[in-house]
Amino acid sequence: MLSIVFFAQTREIIGQGELTLPFESAFSDLEMLRAHLANTNDKWDLALTRDKLLVAVNQEMSPWDTEIKDGDEVAFFPPVTGG
Amino acid sequence: MISVQTADFDIATLYQQITARENNPLGYGAIITFVGKVRDFNLEQEVSALSLEHYPGMTEKTLANISQQAMERWPIATPIIIHRVGELAPGDQIVYIGVASAHRKAAFEACEFIIDFLKTKAPFWKKESNADGDNWLNERESDHQAADKWSQDTSE
Repeated sequence: MLSIVFFAQTREIIGQGELTLPFESAFSDLEMLRAHLANTNDKWDLALTRDKLLVAVNQEMSPWDTEIKDGDEVAFFPPVTGG
Repeated sequence: MISVQTADFDIATLYQQITARENNPLGYGAIITFVGKVRDFNLEQEVSALSLEHYPGMTEKTLANISQQAMERWPIATPIIIHRVGELAPGDQIVYIGVASAHRKAAFEACEFIIDFLKTKAPFWKKESNADGDNWLNERESDHQAADKWSQDTSE
């Protein structure tokens, strides 16, 4: 299984904070996973196709061509604004 | 020391901790602290409340990594980094960074490095409430320029 989490505006637009998804080789990297999730409906598409969207794998910020594997935690979120 | 918490913090208590021997075994005498507070105006609009969201786990890891990088780069004692989350009001304290070193230059630079990296790397998100409703804050290009300058600066 993949554990998927969303934060901040991304979470609000999608309307949920987390989900689990059986891992498939059809989305073996982050860009493919993003495209798969964005396909869910218009809101997910809006939330996940923003230019500045960031992604972390197992709590480390990662480039979009990063490969993922079964058991990974993948987080999608907007640019950070703390401090 | 890293803490992500809803509770407020007391600067006087934290100052005692930075200068305490267990945190500062070499007795470093240059102490720099930074406190960030909730502004009551942003983009000329009055702010009535601020909500801070974070990514539990990743936030602490990121702050520990930033702290480690600062300690590798400058001769400093273990920094204290505190960041609040949850519901805050204008004037509330948000973030605290405390750094001790033998000399002021290293302490100033390490403190600035930590806040610059925190603002651009640590997974926190601010949502402001004002007369028009709630707005997620946008990232600021100037924050990224501030963080980028630490990777270009090889003069030390």
